[in-house]
Amino acid sequence: MRIHCPCCGPRGVAEFSYGGDGTVRRPDLSVTDTDAHVAYVFERENPRGPHVELWHHIGGCRHWLRVTRDTLTHEITSVEMAGRFAGEAARISGAGA
Amino acid sequence: MSGYRLPHGGSHLDRSRPLAFRFDGEPMQGFAGDTLASALLASGRVLVGRSFKYHRPRGVMGAGPEEANALVELRNGARQEPNTRATMTELYGGLEAASQNRWPSLSFDMMAVNDLLSPLFSAGFYYKTFMGTGQATWHFCERFIRKAAGLGRGTHLADPDRYEKTNAFCDVLVVGAGPAGLMAARAAVAAGLRVILADENARPGGRLFDEGVQLDGLAPAEWIDGALREIAAGGGRILPRTSVYGYFDGNVLGAVERVADHKRKPAPFEPRQRHWTIHARHVVLATGAIERPLVFSGNDAPGVMLASAGLAHATRYGVAVGASVVVFANNDGGARTAIRLADLGMSIKAVVDPRREIDPALAAALGARGIRLETGAVVAATRGRKSLAGVDIRGFDPVSGVLGANVMQPGCDALLVSGGWTPSVHLASQAGSAPVFDEALQSFVPGTAREAWTTAGACAGTLDLAGCLAAGLDAGRTAARACGKTAENGEIPLPELSGTLAGTDLPFPLFDVPATGGAKRFVDFQHDVTADDVDLANREGFCSVEHLKRYTTLGMAADQGKTSNVNAIALMARARGLTAPQVGTTRFRMPWTAVTIGALAGRETGHHFAPVRRTPMHDWHVAKGAEMMAAGLWMRPRAYIAPGESLRDAYIREASAVRQRVGIVDVSTLGKIDVQGPDAGEFLNRLYTGGFAKLPVGKARYGVMLREDGIMFDDGTAWRLTPNRFLVTTTTANAGAVLAHMEHYLEVVWPDLRVHVTSVTDRFAGMAVAGPEARKVLQAALEEGDVSPEACPHMGIVRGRIAGEPVMIARLSFSGELAYEVYCDWPAGLAVWEALIEAGKPNGIMPYGMEALGTLRIEKGHITGAEMDGRTTLADVGLGGMASRKKPYVGSTMTQRPAFVDPERPVLVGLVSRDGRAIRAGSHLTLPGGGASLGHVTAVTWSPALGANIALAFLSGGRDRHGEPLEAAFPLKNERVAVTVTDPCFYDPDGSRMHV
Ligand SMILES: [Zn+2]
Repeated sequence: MRIHCPCCGPRGVAEFSYGGDGTVRRPDLSVTDTDAHVAYVFERENPRGPHVELWHHIGGCRHWLRVTRDTLTHEITSVEMAGRFAGEAARISGAGA
Repeated sequence: MSGYRLPHGGSHLDRSRPLAFRFDGEPMQGFAGDTLASALLASGRVLVGRSFKYHRPRGVMGAGPEEANALVELRNGARQEPNTRATMTELYGGLEAASQNRWPSLSFDMMAVNDLLSPLFSAGFYYKTFMGTGQATWHFCERFIRKAAGLGRGTHLADPDRYEKTNAFCDVLVVGAGPAGLMAARAAVAAGLRVILADENARPGGRLFDEGVQLDGLAPAEWIDGALREIAAGGGRILPRTSVYGYFDGNVLGAVERVADHKRKPAPFEPRQRHWTIHARHVVLATGAIERPLVFSGNDAPGVMLASAGLAHATRYGVAVGASVVVFANNDGGARTAIRLADLGMSIKAVVDPRREIDPALAAALGARGIRLETGAVVAATRGRKSLAGVDIRGFDPVSGVLGANVMQPGCDALLVSGGWTPSVHLASQAGSAPVFDEALQSFVPGTAREAWTTAGACAGTLDLAGCLAAGLDAGRTAARACGKTAENGEIPLPELSGTLAGTDLPFPLFDVPATGGAKRFVDFQHDVTADDVDLANREGFCSVEHLKRYTTLGMAADQGKTSNVNAIALMARARGLTAPQVGTTRFRMPWTAVTIGALAGRETGHHFAPVRRTPMHDWHVAKGAEMMAAGLWMRPRAYIAPGESLRDAYIREASAVRQRVGIVDVSTLGKIDVQGPDAGEFLNRLYTGGFAKLPVGKARYGVMLREDGIMFDDGTAWRLTPNRFLVTTTTANAGAVLAHMEHYLEVVWPDLRVHVTSVTDRFAGMAVAGPEARKVLQAALEEGDVSPEACPHMGIVRGRIAGEPVMIARLSFSGELAYEVYCDWPAGLAVWEALIEAGKPNGIMPYGMEALGTLRIEKGHITGAEMDGRTTLADVGLGGMASRKKPYVGSTMTQRPAFVDPERPVLVGLVSRDGRAIRAGSHLTLPGGGASLGHVTAVTWSPALGANIALAFLSGGRDRHGEPLEAAFPLKNERVAVTVTDPCFYDPDGSRMHV
């Protein structure tokens, strides 16, 4: 499996570490409602199909990436930078490229 | 008399090079080009192994990777390798092999009693016999079962050979170099693509060698050599002896090349095997098909063989597998094989076919050769136990499936069987394509491609040679288009075929023959699963294909059911009144064939397994007698052991010196992170439980980080160097995790914060000088700088110069004594260290290691990873006061949950041994005399300061139990130590020693 890092290009999955569900949003620091934090830490969908997840390019640029990956086929359809460079996306050409 | 060497022929054989080898110690001879199986057959050897469960006598059944019976222990000593397929083992001079799974000898196997006890060993034997009888029964029986039911023995000696790993990138990977694969590779090379052609046999060519045809007027071997030359000349890489075993995501495939397995031992510096990770834009799966056995009574007798294997042994190795041969097939391939073998000089007694008629041209050709043809008949049973003596041929009604009268009972020493062909769909299945049932083939073919692959040839269900060649060409063109080439690229002509025989390999749907005479009918030969087992699984409700597999272990042997899956599905379908596609098939998992651990490990063994990290003072430690220990990847001194000292003597001496005078310890391994930016203070304020936003420049502060769930994550210090810059230290173990944690919050959670983090762990060497005389020593070493209490108060930071090198000093204490951490440039670490040692000589400075460090921190009740074990909170370890109530931080809200404020939570306490014995780490705490566990011990030491064995522990409700007598129980050693609960800070509880 390879991930197209918008910063480094297509790289082997061994360079990345999985960072979990990319759809959850941390409650604002000012939120002191325990339920909101419990939902953020523990509650996850388990979709069959496309899923946005976080990957950390620890063996490369060390950026965090938002990867859209199909949990059924493992196909990756988009990779975007998280954070300051959000919206910077990798160009993914055909399968296996 | 059984098998023998034919006077002529053998495309793979070099008769000018005889090779001596031994099987079960008996000297034998073969020729260069032989496999172990062909050499054994040529020597008249029939019995080569015993079966897995029933210890039935078994012979060679195949000629390639499908072999389920002829598994041997190859080589000996450190290179001994169990379960090696004799059909895939190339003969070399001096080869030594032994039959396996027999005791005391192959022909007299005591364990064959299992066969008589077989009702005990039917499907689900383990579950039925041992569930409900209790663990004791299982433990008693296990060693006997494991001895009786197993295959070969490995070795406990270290592997003396080298293994390599490499990556390859190509446009087109062609898996399998039979007729389809060769044409596909030729076409792809002609289109100008980078091609890799992998074939698991020693010589590419596949079953083309066995076809009695000419291609463009050339014999198959010549045409194959020409095709390979053309591919190589066009830049293609040809990998023989290479099994592509796994198809992974993103068109990445794993393959193992057996570089030197065909030699007695590898040449100097030559790897035994090489693992390839192949990244291909497009893959052509030309993996071929495997012939199916038929299921009938006694179908495992030595001498019963796949028809294709009988043919391959004759054409490739010049071996007649028997002196008197009967062929039993449900398709025209049986008659064709009989004709080919007769033309090669073998004696064929009869062809038995359940159909009413076969291709008339083939029937005529059989007649012309004097071969008896029995249609509407089947082989119902075999005779002979250790070798085939004859077969019982009975009439058969193909409509009702009922056996008829006896036809004949000829003697024979080989029975060649064909039940049709099973395409090798494994790689396509691994790549996520559900196999589809093909009615004409009575088997599964690859389904829709989800990765970038194309199938060609027998793998896709095309069984005739002309069709395979055309399909290969087509697949090569398809691959070329997929790689952006146009249609006119890759145009090569198909070879002209001559000499092909008539008939079709498409089978009549006969899978099994009704049982006669109580002899077993085997479906899975390697795991000894019979047709009765399949029926039994159905009757007991394990009728889904996934349950069938696990209940009977069918298809779960090392051969992954290559010859058994389709027959099992057909039998289950009939038992359930369904069709085979309704029963379906399981998904194949990698590997296609067994992969050695050595090939996966490559060079990453021994001390190459992981990198070793050393501090700049490493060699000094070693020279001064330090016993080094691994701390993650780092090497750290455990203790500096003087001559005549034990480890215990050494750490007590070192720890005492720190309490009484001064010591120095290498802390270069601590994680260090440079945190910079206008929002650095706010960022740390959010991560740490304590306040950091208002930390003054020039001061350090101890801090703890929590995980989002409120559990402690790591602790360390943060030094404010400038308003916008902090140096953060972490524990050695969590250096990487804390950096990733920070990067996560900066990029994913709070991207608006203007902060950048960089690991500087190996940018700065560090050493801690600790003890009542630490200030004196440090001041003496400083060429510039002032560490007086006024200039450098507790938690203060100053800069200076030691040994000409700039240093940064923070007054921090882990030991509880007056102490300073001194950081300098990494390469200067040794010079600064030696200058401090020199300056400390008048004070008797003592280097100390991890053991003394542990003793000192336990005496103070300071926590490390043993206490931050992923379950504990700030309050648990007595640091509740560090949880700021003025600001939110990561984990703050989650610590309000009920379990976090439960008064029964285990909390950190100290323990003192009352009977002088040492307390064992990991002990559980109970009331005196025993009872339920009240907590557990995390760290233990002999405390020189207290003169007692002490420990840190978590104890339920522990803060209210100081002074209480308990027992520390360690049942594995049957130890109980009487202890008294104390405050976790044993020594200098008011901290007066470090505030001087
Ligand atoms: Zn990157």
